[in-house]
Amino acid sequence: MSHPFRADFPLLVHTDIAFLDSAATSQRPECVIQAEKEYYERYNANPLRGFYDLAQEATARYEGAREKVRAFLNADSAEEIIFTRNTTESINLVAWSWGLSNLKKGDEILITISEHHSNILPWQMVAQRTGAVLRYIFCREDGSYPKEEVEAAFTGKVKLAAAALVSNVLGQEGPVRQMAKLVHLNGGVMLADAAQAAPHMAVDVKALGVDFLAFSGHKMLAPMGIGVLWGRKDLLDSMPPFLRGGEMIDSVRQQDATFAELPHKFEAGTVNGAGAEGLAAAIDYLSRAGFDRIGDIELSLTRRALSGLQAIPHVRVLGGTTAEEHHGILAFLVDGVHPHDVSAILNEDGVAVRAGHHCAQPLHTHLGARSSTRASLYLYNTEEEIDRFLESVSSIRRKMGLG
Amino acid sequence: MANTFYNEILIDHNQNPYHKHPLPGANMTLEGVNPSCGDDIVLQLRVEDGVIQEGSFEGDGCAISQASADIMLDMIIGKPVEEAQRLSALFLKMIRGGCSPEEIEELEEAGALSDISHMPARVKCAVLGWHTMEEMLKGKKQPATTES
Repeated sequence: MSHPFRADFPLLVHTDIAFLDSAATSQRPECVIQAEKEYYERYNANPLRGFYDLAQEATARYEGAREKVRAFLNADSAEEIIFTRNTTESINLVAWSWGLSNLKKGDEILITISEHHSNILPWQMVAQRTGAVLRYIFCREDGSYPKEEVEAAFTGKVKLAAAALVSNVLGQEGPVRQMAKLVHLNGGVMLADAAQAAPHMAVDVKALGVDFLAFSGHKMLAPMGIGVLWGRKDLLDSMPPFLRGGEMIDSVRQQDATFAELPHKFEAGTVNGAGAEGLAAAIDYLSRAGFDRIGDIELSLTRRALSGLQAIPHVRVLGGTTAEEHHGILAFLVDGVHPHDVSAILNEDGVAVRAGHHCAQPLHTHLGARSSTRASLYLYNTEEEIDRFLESVSSIRRKMGLG
Repeated sequence: MANTFYNEILIDHNQNPYHKHPLPGANMTLEGVNPSCGDDIVLQLRVEDGVIQEGSFEGDGCAISQASADIMLDMIIGKPVEEAQRLSALFLKMIRGGCSPEEIEELEEAGALSDISHMPARVKCAVLGWHTMEEMLKGKKQPATTES
């Protein structure tokens, strides 16, 4: 059977591994790997510095990638696109810059219990330093956030709200749009973590109505080490720099400096030009593939995997009961077997999954599980891989002496 | 079951841990944790006249951490502290892949874990109990962690 995308991924072509850990990092297609290589072979100079032709070319390509990201997010201006290393750095930028400058004692920061640690720890830091209070909205057992409970969690004191568009454990969509509306009633701002959404669906910052949005390239076919923060221009303009150093200034005197305009104010030091080139190639690849077609493949594979897991005795899938609620992410428990042993046995059968708390320990605690095993898929996976995964899962309890 | 690391010895100690219970008469207690994966045990010993008279463990973790702790207790109960420390050093040497077949033989059932030397991701699980015992015998009171 011919698969529309699989042959584009060299690692998958060259190994027999059923790679079901794309929520941790995706594989990359040949065109992305080539784009990064070609940057170094043909365009490499330090972008944004140098007046010779090669440096101008490097700059033009870097800024071309920024424009590509702008269009990908339907943002108003490329000035609103800040390149970072990853989602974690993007959220930290907002926490250290906007958070520390704007929040104070008596304010509240409201996030959901299903956040990744990278959307929890920066806010813990802001709360500790400013005296603001960090509060949570709690999900139901299926991972959903009923509208009335979200609304009830909003006091007039909430000045910053943050949530993931898609949970990295349950795959459920977070109440981002609703939280954005509610926090705006208080004159506050909303940050969306799009790390698990950007690889799988169109993300439109205007339609979402948020003020900041963060995602990583490496989960959506791009190289590691390139990520994005999008922010509303008026907010970014008002914020102090996050990191300070090279090429983010207008002028520097012995005791002070004035800073460059957006977006360079937030991109101190030499940037990841090749990474941006790879991200642009990944966006092109996803555009050609089309999120509709990607979504169809993922939903069909998720259905197969979910109904398969639901049919295995002593296996419990965390979160919703329908494939539509999972966005290709299936975290599960096998009664009596620790997730590390589950993943070790899957590994022996050539299946790569994640085991542990997936950087979402508060969510696991809330759901009454210490940890879980997570299978997550993407556009390149196959039915054969899902079947191999299911067969291995159904053998686990027997192999562990549990009949 | 030929192609699985989870051999009968491991499975048996994980399913039916003989030494997993409270130890009311213990005079030494130490918690040991693997922060990265959440294995968490409490090791208890009753040591008198330089000899480990009784021992037990409680807690949660993967099969490797649980079975390894149970096997360890099988081996050290009734032995002088110095002998427990010598076995522990030998076990750690095996996990690093440095033991001769004779030395592995000397580790009795703990030798069932010798393949861990090829599984870097699981080393911390296998050594948790042993590491916790070593720290305890050195007089450590704060929880022992496998993260250095």
